[in-house]
Amino acid sequence: MNWDIVIATLSATIKAGTPLLLATLGEILAERAGILNLGLEGMMLVGALSGFIICFLTSNPWIGLLVASISGAIIALIHAVLTITLRANQVVSGLAVTLFGTGLSGFLGKMVIGVPIAHYFTPIGIPGLERIPFLGPIFFNQDPLVYLSYLLVFFIAFWIYQTRPGLHLRAVGENPAAADTLGVNVYGIRYLYTLIGGALAGMAGSYLSLAYTPVWIENMTAGRGWIAIALVIFATWDPFKALLGSYLFGLVDAVQFRLQAVGVAVPSFFLNMTPYLATIIVLIFATTETARRRIGAPAALGSPYEREEKS
Amino acid sequence: MSLILERRESPSTLVNFLVPVLSILLALLLGALIIKLSGFNPEVAYREMLSGAFGSWYAISETMVKAIPLMLCALGVGFAFRTVLWNIGAEGQLYMGAWAAGWVALSFPHGQSWWLIPLMMLAGFLAGALWGLIPGILKASLNVSEIITSLLLNYVAILWVDYFVYGPWKDPKGYGFPFTPFFGEGAWLPTFFGTRVHLGIIFALVAAVIIYFLLKSTRLGYEIRVIGENPQAARYAGMNIFRTIIVVFLVSGGLAGLAGMAEVSGVIHRLQHAISPGYGYTAIIIAWLSRLNPLVTLLVSILFGGLLVGGFSVRSIGLSESLVYVIQGIILFLLLAGDLLTRYRFSWRKNAG
Repeated sequence: MNWDIVIATLSATIKAGTPLLLATLGEILAERAGILNLGLEGMMLVGALSGFIICFLTSNPWIGLLVASISGAIIALIHAVLTITLRANQVVSGLAVTLFGTGLSGFLGKMVIGVPIAHYFTPIGIPGLERIPFLGPIFFNQDPLVYLSYLLVFFIAFWIYQTRPGLHLRAVGENPAAADTLGVNVYGIRYLYTLIGGALAGMAGSYLSLAYTPVWIENMTAGRGWIAIALVIFATWDPFKALLGSYLFGLVDAVQFRLQAVGVAVPSFFLNMTPYLATIIVLIFATTETARRRIGAPAALGSPYEREEKS
Repeated sequence: MSLILERRESPSTLVNFLVPVLSILLALLLGALIIKLSGFNPEVAYREMLSGAFGSWYAISETMVKAIPLMLCALGVGFAFRTVLWNIGAEGQLYMGAWAAGWVALSFPHGQSWWLIPLMMLAGFLAGALWGLIPGILKASLNVSEIITSLLLNYVAILWVDYFVYGPWKDPKGYGFPFTPFFGEGAWLPTFFGTRVHLGIIFALVAAVIIYFLLKSTRLGYEIRVIGENPQAARYAGMNIFRTIIVVFLVSGGLAGLAGMAEVSGVIHRLQHAISPGYGYTAIIIAWLSRLNPLVTLLVSILFGGLLVGGFSVRSIGLSESLVYVIQGIILFLLLAGDLLTRYRFSWRKNAG
């Protein structure tokens, strides 16, 4: 057993898992507020492209990241207006977001295909921690966005479970009418978390174009948005389990990539199928498990809130 | 006085018609804005699109060619929507249908069309149906989200076809390009009047009529409508929801598979990488836009076929054909916003106190 290969594969696991983790965290927040957003794929693509273009123009990946998050949130705003204010069907609206985002990024991205960028996110070891044997090079010799994703997991978990706004968030997703009676602004909270979900999806997309493979490729998300939506169910809407699930998929990705690199006898097309098939298998287990243990989705997920008008 | 939304007792026919029409017009207007912002002349672009799609008999025939797979896929997707089942997998089912039909055609290079084409139709329909059956069974037995499974299977199906056209079935005389040799002429669908419009259009017409009557006047159609409108009531009435879900996915996937068969047998005459420019996804919009009515679906498919052909022709002035998908997305957004008007009406009400 060659330890260098193990460490390299696990380090690649974290990298491949990070865009999934960011997108999953965002979707967890939106779904906790009762809004299902199937537009992750579209928001990620718009984030990937806008981040890339801005980084190309400013030579600063941080500004790219910021713009990617904002543009993800803007696309999410369309979904929010349609589903929260206009009470449109959340499934169809989410699909429309994906179609629109895919089209828009393809349309505007034509001009930067094959353009290289000089500055992007590169690994920076954390002094001290990177020297921990085995774990150091895997977890603490990564790019800044990976570290940001670690912090976000802890912060979002703390926010959801330990704070008052987190309590309001959960209330809005479980029982909006009761939350409303207690004076919680249901519409406002739903808007807020849908936008945050979009911002995180935009960030996830820009991870792909500013860190993972620093170029723009049409449809470069390759279904990761949909895998993230499945991961939310796998994670039972919990940030820590989202981390676990994302890295599990990162591992599938990293291993199939390594197998291709060493030229195993299985054609690459079949290896490329593994993340999608693995998602389906995991989804089957997650669905039956959550049903058995009765830890389902937020009770109001997918249904518009209609305030009872007093006359 | 304040402006409020009031639920409509019954949907208004006028609004039901106006909302989709206005959505399309407004989307084209917004599309013009995007074209202008990206530094092109929207008038030139739209004139190019219109003449490319409907400007001549040739253009119209090409629009019909693109409309055929859209019709078949959208009929299938709309059929599933009726039971509030989301088949987002028409794209993959189309690829599997094309693959199976291609397999048959390549196995019998000298086959006679009177038996080879029905065999390819059967293979295409079955492959699409089986591919649709996977999310169907998972939904019906374990309640696994069919949205996610059917969508992920699209990626798998495309890779599956890629394996064959890049690998074992690749044309040895194709200079390494990812396509198979041409099918024997017995595997080609007949075309009409010297155009590329092929027999697939008849498949679509027949399918639309069958679905229309299936929904309207059979027991299965009745159960589908009840399950779609009120699953609780359907369960109390003792309807077999499991069986209905399975049947719906088989039919839905089968139609998309048939679309794939018609595309390779009628137009491309071989299997290749990237058979479809996203017919299965566009079909979702068409099904929704046509209010899930099978006959309206045919007309809307022609419109979207024109949009696709027009999208290819704007490339001549340097615009990306992805513009079409942007406009499609906007149409769907506007349609969803407009749906509010079909379900609610605005009315003034005096404020109490």
